[in-house]
Amino acid sequence: MDIGTFAIQLLNAVQYGLVLFLVASGLTLVFGILGVINLAHGVFYMLGAYLAWWLTVATGNFAVGILGAFAISFLVGMALESVFIRRLYGRDHLSQVLLSFGLILVVDELRQMLFGRDVQSVPLPEWLSGSLPLTDVLNYPVYRIVVSLFCLAIAVAIFLVIRRTRIGMVVRAGAENREMTRALGIPFDSVNRYVFAIGIALAALAGAVIAPISTVFPGMGDGMLILSFVVVVLGGIGSVPGAAIGALLIGLIDTFGKVFMPELAGILVYVLMAAVLIVRPTGILGKREV
Amino acid sequence: MQPLSSRTHLALLAAVVAAAMLPALVPDYYVQFAAKVLILGTLAMALNLAVGFGGLVSLCHAAFFGLAGYALVLLAPEYDAPSLLLTLPLAVAIAAAAALVIGLLSLRTRGVYFIMVTLAFGEMLFFLFHDTPFGGGSDGLFLYVKPVLSVGETILVDLDNPVTFYLAALAAAAGTWWLIRHLLSTPFGDALTAARDNERRALALGIPVIRVRLIAFVLSAALAGLAGYLSAAQFGFVAPQMLGWHLSATALVMVVLGGTRRVAGPLAGALVVTGLEEGLKYFIDDWKLVYGLIIIALVLVAPGGLQDLARLAGLGRRAGTPALNLKEANNVG
Amino acid sequence: MTNIKSTAQTLAMTRRNFLGATAAGAAGLALGFPKPAIAQGAALKVGLMLPFSGTYARLGQFIENGFNLYVEQKSGMLGGRKVEFIRLDDESKPETATDNMNRLVSRDKADVVIGTVHSGVAMAMVKVARDSGVPLIIPNAGADEATGPLCAPNIFRTSFSNWQPAHPMGKVVYDEGHRNVLTITWRYTAGQQMVGAFTEGFEAAGGKVVEALTLPFPEVEFQALITQIATLKPDAVFAFFAGGGAVKFVTDYAAAGLKGKIPLYGTGFLTDGTLKAQGDAATGIRTTLHYADDLDNPANKAFLSAFQAKTGEAGDIYAVQGFDAAALLEAGLVATGDDASAREALFAAMAGAKIDSPRGPLTFSPAHNPIQNIYLREVRDGRNAFVSVAGEAVRDPARGCRMA
Repeated sequence: MDIGTFAIQLLNAVQYGLVLFLVASGLTLVFGILGVINLAHGVFYMLGAYLAWWLTVATGNFAVGILGAFAISFLVGMALESVFIRRLYGRDHLSQVLLSFGLILVVDELRQMLFGRDVQSVPLPEWLSGSLPLTDVLNYPVYRIVVSLFCLAIAVAIFLVIRRTRIGMVVRAGAENREMTRALGIPFDSVNRYVFAIGIALAALAGAVIAPISTVFPGMGDGMLILSFVVVVLGGIGSVPGAAIGALLIGLIDTFGKVFMPELAGILVYVLMAAVLIVRPTGILGKREV
Repeated sequence: MQPLSSRTHLALLAAVVAAAMLPALVPDYYVQFAAKVLILGTLAMALNLAVGFGGLVSLCHAAFFGLAGYALVLLAPEYDAPSLLLTLPLAVAIAAAAALVIGLLSLRTRGVYFIMVTLAFGEMLFFLFHDTPFGGGSDGLFLYVKPVLSVGETILVDLDNPVTFYLAALAAAAGTWWLIRHLLSTPFGDALTAARDNERRALALGIPVIRVRLIAFVLSAALAGLAGYLSAAQFGFVAPQMLGWHLSATALVMVVLGGTRRVAGPLAGALVVTGLEEGLKYFIDDWKLVYGLIIIALVLVAPGGLQDLARLAGLGRRAGTPALNLKEANNVG
Repeated sequence: MTNIKSTAQTLAMTRRNFLGATAAGAAGLALGFPKPAIAQGAALKVGLMLPFSGTYARLGQFIENGFNLYVEQKSGMLGGRKVEFIRLDDESKPETATDNMNRLVSRDKADVVIGTVHSGVAMAMVKVARDSGVPLIIPNAGADEATGPLCAPNIFRTSFSNWQPAHPMGKVVYDEGHRNVLTITWRYTAGQQMVGAFTEGFEAAGGKVVEALTLPFPEVEFQALITQIATLKPDAVFAFFAGGGAVKFVTDYAAAGLKGKIPLYGTGFLTDGTLKAQGDAATGIRTTLHYADDLDNPANKAFLSAFQAKTGEAGDIYAVQGFDAAALLEAGLVATGDDASAREALFAAMAGAKIDSPRGPLTFSPAHNPIQNIYLREVRDGRNAFVSVAGEAVRDPARGCRMA
């Protein structure tokens, strides 16, 4: 592999990692703050993609598709929190696993009723659909670069919110010690609702921005779900910077694994996870004690 | 739990004898259906040893189930009947060995971490069979001839016969019930439940918590392997999805539905879940929607499973503590 | 702790729960029991085991519509017998396929089973069909084995074997002047058999496959592999993908700028049922298949307009395969009349059927696989337009079949 190809593959890896981060950030927030394990995260990633497709095609405006998918999922998240999820706080994880498993089945079936079963693609506006020449035969789609920058911007935004705002303080406190934060009487009810809704909306947002690249199809969330779990485990639950590191590591391993060891690429990710767990059972940036 | 009394043994025997009559009463398809329920019930009971009695919510038991199934198919000669005596112990041992490794790594974590780590390891095994050619890849593998137990030239047990197979599944389920029930009445069982209820106190009492949990985890995986072996033998086919987390989650539904504090509860849960699927599929195109709603309702309305449902329906006396109220040893954070 | 009374209580409780559960389960069973057959010139029970949900749901729906269209054209009868359908969603899940097939055969007593799309599921169906002797017509799945080593008198196929559409493409690509070709596909039966057949045809013509890229089914993250294609710069690329993967591969290929620089070839699945989603990225792609949307024969024209009238959608190859499955069954039933037990005569008549299919003349090999034309098509104006006949009356080698 010459240096040029290596650089291009590196670009692919980073781009994939950034997308993974966007999906996993919502998951790690919901874990870290609410202590809720949400298996339905992947299904909202899929829902976001379908919403983006539906809105883009209906309105002819891609921005409406993206923002609409984000907004609708946010509202769905608020509703789900008030009806279902709030009853799970303080209950054991088994209930959470089952409830979110039930949600997967319901959301997936509703998606089938509302949007059908076909593979769809989201048309890009003119100014995003070009590509940059990299070599004599290979171009790099502009939109992939835009997605990377967008994910980076969201990552920075999340960092800033967590470091600089009151909500961020609660978030950090919650990730450090949930019981203690609760005991201090921080008003959780409304914060919880927003956090859960944001978590869901981030997954949907990731699905929506990826939709033009990945195409939209049933079951697109399944693989994403497991990978974002690995990202969260690698990085440490509730740690956003950890999720970023985990996501980039997986992007690298997966991309180069596919090139050098195509049959083992799927497993390498888990080998990495096992290795990290041996050294640090709570993930790279997880706190010492579980 | 109290030691097994002779009355318990008698009741178990009576239940087994009654169940053994089934093939004489219903058409073939339902014998096969009953065998399937028994196999899934065995898986769910095995899983409940970890979940209900060990407080370890595992999302990788389908992987042990599938691993043993694959072991049978890979160990079987292509055109001859595999030997039950040889393949069954090997398949179970392989599942147990995998559980030992996964357990050693994942038991270093707790709570949410444990769930996610087991999920990820389960998926690793899924991808091992899905992505590499040695297990037939995503297409799966066929088992052309079913296992037999033979002495010399005489075949004693031929799993190809549906009635024999059903009886074998029945024996596996009854044996699993007995084993878990017996185990829980030993000091080991007390240590396991003590560690579940309060890890710090258990440690203070000198219970080697990690080791106790590891043994329970491995044993539970071995029994899941027994179920997986039978499942592969029943359908003569294994596919990577057999190891996937959807099956693990379904088994958890069975466990919760049946009640986590009863050894036989998950078996009843398996019967209801499988029967529900059978019935819903027959009548409703969008059956998964209904199934999903039922699961959600179960968690919110009747976390104690069938016991709660019975109570809600005004049947029976007030059931004790909701079985789902497991205190997972020290929450994260 | 040892308290006999409480043991007894526990036991009582356990038993009650168990009984309750049994009752609930039994109720579920009772609902599922097949209705007793009513003796009125017994309707023909056709089991349709197709994907009605999941990735291949659309294909399942088109196959069913095609089958129904034929039956409707015969006033709801096949071979003079009323048809009763038993639908079953296989979800394209091989792990439950044996169980599902048993439902149709043992529980619902289907006289004949039609299915399915996914090769893994079809293989499980083939296995049950071989054991039970129930007639099985495969309206899509292409696994070579079904009419190869696992062929049987009661198993028929109205679609193709994976070998069929891919092998003639080898010569086409060579004749268009390409010598060094790269192949790319999913690592599963259909992909490997099609790439294998293409390679066989291409190397027999004198070309060379320089690299065979694969990724696990059904993964769609192609970027790393597309970068590799751009680095290796082959004369042409042969690809097998279907459904969502086909859409994504074709659009990624175009977005990476490879379209127009390295020609892309494939079997028809690369551009069938996917053109709307692929848009302009698919234009110019040449594929081989046993059908083209604009085949100029009366049967096809009649079929397309009838299908449009019935469903409001444009018919495609999947609908044709379903339609022909019904035609094949009819051919058998006409010969045997009301006698459902005369299976040997039924199979003989089906094997000898000559069907005037929308795809052109259709007959069957001794292995019960179609003998049919393979067409070269090109994507123009959002359609798979006919270019030429790539192979006339192509018949699968049926390797390993004892009936061939």
